[in-house]
Amino acid sequence: MNRRKFLKTVAISGAVVAVSPSLVNLKAEAKGEGLKKRSLEEAMKDVLKGKKPVESDKVKLIAPSIAENGAVVPIKVNVAEPIENVKAIHIFAEKNPDPWTVSVNLTPQNGKAYFATRIRLAKTMDVIAVAELKDGSMIMAKKAIKVTIGGCG
Amino acid sequence: MGRTALIRVKPRRYKKGDIIRVDSVIMHPMYNGIIKDKKTGKPIPPHYITDVEVYYGDQLVTKINVNASVSANPYFSFNLKVDKEAPLKMVWKDNKGEVTEKTIKIKPH
Repeated sequence: MNRRKFLKTVAISGAVVAVSPSLVNLKAEAKGEGLKKRSLEEAMKDVLKGKKPVESDKVKLIAPSIAENGAVVPIKVNVAEPIENVKAIHIFAEKNPDPWTVSVNLTPQNGKAYFATRIRLAKTMDVIAVAELKDGSMIMAKKAIKVTIGGCG
Repeated sequence: MGRTALIRVKPRRYKKGDIIRVDSVIMHPMYNGIIKDKKTGKPIPPHYITDVEVYYGDQLVTKINVNASVSANPYFSFNLKVDKEAPLKMVWKDNKGEVTEKTIKIKPH
């Protein structure tokens, strides 16, 4: 009887140990699920909280018009507004699986509303930079970039 | 402490009140879950940086939310207004919980 009990407990605890790591893995995967597939409208709605950006000269998007390698496309954004007025800069790539690429939250300590990074583009598309102002309005700039080799695998 | 990271400041000499540019690079593959392993043909599970925080002294200056469509070895560049002598700390966090920190000194001349 004792031996039977012992074996049972061993079997159960073994099963628990075997199950728990897989549970942990599942949770971790759900957290970092990678690229969601969504359209530009959906992504903009989620990130900009339903507000529609207006095109403006104040946002300057500097990027190459022809990018040979879509895996590395340098993007530079300058906003000609005092830093106190700019809350955030968002960058979208129109035809990527998930258009939302990067968001930067700025503070007055930054001195100037400037941000640069390198992004991946799947194919030829428009890149959009949106500046979120303090009063809640959004201004944006758009630029078409030709991609010779796509950068999404 | 994880990965190799680099922070560089331009220009090299600056005074109090100047606005300087901070360039940062971290070595990270930034797998987005679409790219396939060439040997096995299976997609590589997503592994990418999700948050970057910049502290100047103890003040949170900039917070960057990143998606998987940023290039491998992500480069971020932003401005900073120098008004005190304090460390500049950057913290990179990825979706697997890996945290990398790097601190440089900001010393106005």
